[in-house]
Amino acid sequence: MKLHVKTTINGEEFEFLCEPRESLLEVLRDRLGLTGSKEGCNNGNCGACNVILDGRLVNSCLVFAAEAAGRAITTIEGIQGPEGLHPLQEKFLEHAALQCGICTPGFIVAAKALLDRNPDPSEAEVRLWLAGNLCRCTGYDKIVRAVLEAAKSTAVVMEK
Amino acid sequence: MATVKTKKTTKSKKASQIPVRYRVIGTRPIRHDGVDKVTGRAQYGADVQLAGLLHGGILRSPHAHARIRSIDTGKAAALPGVKAVITSADIGPVTDRVVDLGEGATRLQHLRDNILASGKALYQGHAVAAVAATSPHIAQEALRLIEVDYEVLPPVLDLREAMEAGAPLLHEDLHTDDLGTKSMQPSNIAKHLRFEKGDLEKGFKKADQIFEREFLTSMVHQGYIEPHNATAFWNADGRLAIWCSTQGGFTVRQQAAAILDLPVSSIKVIPMEIGGGFGGKIHVYLEPVAALLSKKSGKPVKLVMDRAEVFEATGPTSGSHIQVKIGARKDGRIVAAQAQLAYEAGAFPGSLVVCGMMCIFAPYDLEHQRIDGYDVLVTKPKTAPYRAPGATNAAFASETVLDEIAEWAGIDPLEIRRLNGAKEGTRRADGLVYPRIGFLETLGAARKHPHASAPLEGPNRGRGVASGFWFNVGLKSSVTAAVNSDGTVSLTEGTPDIGGTRTSVAMQLAEVLGLAAADVKPQVVDTDSVGYNDVTGGSRVTFATGLAAIEAARDIERQMAERAARLWGVPASKVKAAGGVYRHATDSKKKITFKELAARLDETGGPVVGKASLDTSASAGGGFGTHIVDVEVDPETGKVQILRYTAVQDVGKAIHPSYVEGQLQGGVAQGAGWALNEEYFYDDQGRLANASFLDYRMPTALDLPMIDTVLVEVPNPGHPFGVRGVGEVPIVPPPAALANAIYRAAGVRLRQLPMNPGRVLEAILTRDGKPPSKA
Repeated sequence: MKLHVKTTINGEEFEFLCEPRESLLEVLRDRLGLTGSKEGCNNGNCGACNVILDGRLVNSCLVFAAEAAGRAITTIEGIQGPEGLHPLQEKFLEHAALQCGICTPGFIVAAKALLDRNPDPSEAEVRLWLAGNLCRCTGYDKIVRAVLEAAKSTAVVMEK
Repeated sequence: MATVKTKKTTKSKKASQIPVRYRVIGTRPIRHDGVDKVTGRAQYGADVQLAGLLHGGILRSPHAHARIRSIDTGKAAALPGVKAVITSADIGPVTDRVVDLGEGATRLQHLRDNILASGKALYQGHAVAAVAATSPHIAQEALRLIEVDYEVLPPVLDLREAMEAGAPLLHEDLHTDDLGTKSMQPSNIAKHLRFEKGDLEKGFKKADQIFEREFLTSMVHQGYIEPHNATAFWNADGRLAIWCSTQGGFTVRQQAAAILDLPVSSIKVIPMEIGGGFGGKIHVYLEPVAALLSKKSGKPVKLVMDRAEVFEATGPTSGSHIQVKIGARKDGRIVAAQAQLAYEAGAFPGSLVVCGMMCIFAPYDLEHQRIDGYDVLVTKPKTAPYRAPGATNAAFASETVLDEIAEWAGIDPLEIRRLNGAKEGTRRADGLVYPRIGFLETLGAARKHPHASAPLEGPNRGRGVASGFWFNVGLKSSVTAAVNSDGTVSLTEGTPDIGGTRTSVAMQLAEVLGLAAADVKPQVVDTDSVGYNDVTGGSRVTFATGLAAIEAARDIERQMAERAARLWGVPASKVKAAGGVYRHATDSKKKITFKELAARLDETGGPVVGKASLDTSASAGGGFGTHIVDVEVDPETGKVQILRYTAVQDVGKAIHPSYVEGQLQGGVAQGAGWALNEEYFYDDQGRLANASFLDYRMPTALDLPMIDTVLVEVPNPGHPFGVRGVGEVPIVPPPAALANAIYRAAGVRLRQLPMNPGRVLEAILTRDGKPPSKA
């Protein structure tokens, strides 16, 4: 049996068929070709598959695809706007906040969810929020700096 | 993030040919693959999609040690949607010989048996059979239908028990290579090695005090976030294509060719973006299996491990038992040093105990030494290199004993290292004589750093110091570089980029040609499209592929000078090139830039391509690091909090300082995880009890502070810009530095890793010879 699911991904309406047992991550990657969300653990421990579901940060490996029906999803592919890279993406590049890059989509999506609700986080708040995302390359130093700098630059844009 | 500069060595002849004031080297351009990686567009191995793709799965042994009596795949093969089922019987017999993997060598029979068990399963998670089906879920269902009849055998889980005569044997045909002599009886000890220098007994006689200590460390995993994956398509013309996540396309090609008995030229390996490796993505696990499933089904087949499979069947690095005996004089001078290192190889021989042996006393100039090493089989996964393999375990032992000696002698920990420190001309126990090295410079920079003298405020806090060494292997790299008509250069490499090496290699080519980093377009290509390259390992890519890029740039520069000469109708010897401008040697009116010249290639003889293929091993430069860490130990729980961390390292020359800092910070984080939390936890039947990221807990952003770095630049005389390998050194000092800090915070010396809250608390409670309180 396959389920027919209608959902909104990165502002676009999507329809897909899936089995009840398929996770949102599987459907994003294998049925919709949105491979920017990564599988690191498939049990919610690493955050590489983070997406924003109706404004809430979730591990897409722990969400059934069928649960996406009628809801709005933001994936890494939807972070960049028509005007160019998001400040988080720019700051990740400027601060060399990635090495292998496999965890980067999850970190950027998670950081976006943080800045959406707390535009001016402290270092401690950034570290606490990002504790659900594992990075094995960077030691987090440059990631935390990039997020703090992105918050600053977003604040400047908002003041203008 | 300070940079300490030292004078360039006058011994370097090559160095004098390149201006010391660089235009590109030492700057921080945006990496070339950056936008793809922050937008989710970069294609990693698991992202491969092909028409008609099948999904595979692997059945793994639930037992740590078992004879496989029979495997019945009938029901699995009959499941609708299943297209192929294989066992080790589907791999032909291999000629048993030694294959070089680029970072360590292994017997082909062992490599083959690790991929699909034949005869015996030697660890829980050992692959036994594989299927390919139309969906990953059907593949998983099919695995449950495979019936394996096991005769369960006793596991061998403890390193020291494994070494005893009478221990259950993993391989009945394995005899110890004991200092070159084969043992009469089969054994779990694959090898015994020794390095010796001076006269140990004579040395110990000069000692005022002798320190003998014993250390234990557990297996730990590299912990890359991207699981292993491989997609293979065995075409009807016999050509095999493999897309995978690997540290070396060419080593995958070589291993797959050997296991599948194919000529290397019939295999094309396409290395996809790699989500971390740290040494764990050099051995093949899935690639030959995906190839055989493809051959049997006629379709492309993708295999992706889940996280439990990654823990149970790949990586880890050796757990170890290390004994150290050091004799010191009252003035802090070490007069003799002895060590015995036993490393777990896992289920097949080949731990990197030899590297631990070479590194254990490497930072010091010691006249009398003897170092013994044992490579020991246990019923755990075949070990793989992990960032400075063998050195971290070794430094945990030697650097904590040195800390004890410093305390006994009443000497500052940095000072005792300086007093005994190795320098140019020092001979290691394994025979190598150091060229110009920067160990003493790291100690000086550490002393000058504000962290070294900052007051430690509050109770239960302590500061620790430790140093470490790791090699920079050279090995072989090939590149080609094609000049484009718009004045840019397309650079083709074959060393997978794990941490920004496309950019650090491109920057070196740009420096020579007088271009901007962005004017070079680097890409990592498949094994059909570039000359041979060894693996991305041994901290070698920025050094060795960088050397190849420099050589290719010089090749281009020579050809471009000839083109300028042709334009001007003069001999090529009349054209001088510098900083991207080609000038007539005597006629100052005649000059042309690289970009202008690139636009005129068609009228001066056609395309220009530079190339280089090098074996750089002779000129590689090793590196030293010295770390300072402050901790607070909670006396109630034993939890260790890292308050401040500073990593000082001789990096030779930082090509892209941000990514060099990143290597230091990442190494510290891994070392801290190894020190405080991480371990393979087996039950008494040899089943891994913590095969998930929840239970194998790696450091998160919340566990670490900012990690300060100091890049000391003592140029490697073997590289025109002075580059040394930097990636591996920084994982070496952290466990020892943390143990030394814990001692100063809590008064307890820990000699077993990890120093998790349970162990620290137990040590605190028994500190003064008291048994642990029942309360």
